[in-house]
Amino acid sequence: MIKKIFFQLIFYFFFIQEVFSAESGGMPQLDPEFWISQIFWLTLSFGILYIVLSKLILPKISANLELRKSQIQENIESAEKQRESSETKIKEYDALILKSKIEAKNIFKNARDDAIKNINLKKEALDKEIDEEIKKAEKEIMILKKKAPEKINKIAVETSTELLKKLIGAEINNSSISAIVDDLSKNNGNKYYDN
Amino acid sequence: MAANPMNQFEVYRIGPEIKMGTIDISFTNASLFMVISSIAILIIFNIGSKKNSMIPNKIQLLAELSYTFVSKMINDTAGSKAKPYFSFIFSLFMFVLFCNMFGMIPYTFTVTSHIIVTFVLAAFIFIGVTIIGFVKHGFGYLKLFVPNGVPIVLLPLIVVIEIISYLSRPISLSVRLFANMMAGHTMMKVFGGFVISLGIVGGWLPLSFSVALTGLEILVAFLQAYVFAILTCIYLNDALNLHH
Repeated sequence: MIKKIFFQLIFYFFFIQEVFSAESGGMPQLDPEFWISQIFWLTLSFGILYIVLSKLILPKISANLELRKSQIQENIESAEKQRESSETKIKEYDALILKSKIEAKNIFKNARDDAIKNINLKKEALDKEIDEEIKKAEKEIMILKKKAPEKINKIAVETSTELLKKLIGAEINNSSISAIVDDLSKNNGNKYYDN
Repeated sequence: MAANPMNQFEVYRIGPEIKMGTIDISFTNASLFMVISSIAILIIFNIGSKKNSMIPNKIQLLAELSYTFVSKMINDTAGSKAKPYFSFIFSLFMFVLFCNMFGMIPYTFTVTSHIIVTFVLAAFIFIGVTIIGFVKHGFGYLKLFVPNGVPIVLLPLIVVIEIISYLSRPISLSVRLFANMMAGHTMMKVFGGFVISLGIVGGWLPLSFSVALTGLEILVAFLQAYVFAILTCIYLNDALNLHH
């Protein structure tokens, strides 16, 4: 392939040379007048270019590239390290949160149990007190109930004696009045007190 | 018709005639553009390597991209043994590229359109590669001309062909670059001449051709520099790693 191109180019080269030499005295490229000068200046400029590039500039570019590469590598490594440390920290944090959640649950449970116990104790004490109070009050009521008819009878006897005194103007024997009152109260007592 | 399309390749003296003994080494327009190309390369790469910022600026990026481009090219074609020749191939690629590209500016001179320039470069590469080959492998380097697995009967013929192809390397390398440059520039000049001679009415067609050719020639300028450098790498590869 390369050989083919090469032979074509050779042919082309001579063809062009033929054409232009026929027309205007050949290609300036084939005029050897300045060949030495061109070789000299080519050697000089290319030589200086090569020396300056290889001694001064290319090492600098290469160093720059190496430096950047190593710096990027370092950065990647440190980022990796930080990522790992952050992962362990996240794990620690998760564990901590789980632990504290359990603790909080326990505390809550204990507190609730305590509160329930307290409430129950107090409730029982209160219930007892209330029961006692109720019993006392019932007793008092019973006593009062028992006493009530006698007192009423007395009052009835006194009021009826006073009334009779005012109405008739004579002293009447207490015992006869109390007999009547007792009789009445015995008849009507059940109406007011359901014993 | 406008000037001869070959006139652009004319070499003429700039300044006084300089003589070294009887040899004329006057400064010419060709010398001027060699010097301009070299200085442009040095300035660009000097600026590009001066400041090492973590995030490169444009010129630094350009320099570093060229560096990695050439170093990758050498590594791919000639392997890691070619590391010591990196600076030379880099300089060669940049020199040819800049000479080609400066030639694309109107009224400039294309250094690489002269067979003597490309031939000197190619001959230097050829001689250098041959010396490297003999230094690395001694006379074993001659095995390059004897490919493996060839029938004995064909061997004399193959060896002759291989030797001819090896010896024609400098010619093919130099003529390829020179002919491409010269043909492209001549063609552009011819089309430019058509624009003038056909005038305002008919000149538009060759003008559009000229525009398209300019793009093509810029591509060719890059491509030929690349081909020149990569063929150097391939020859170097033959000398460094004897595959045959």
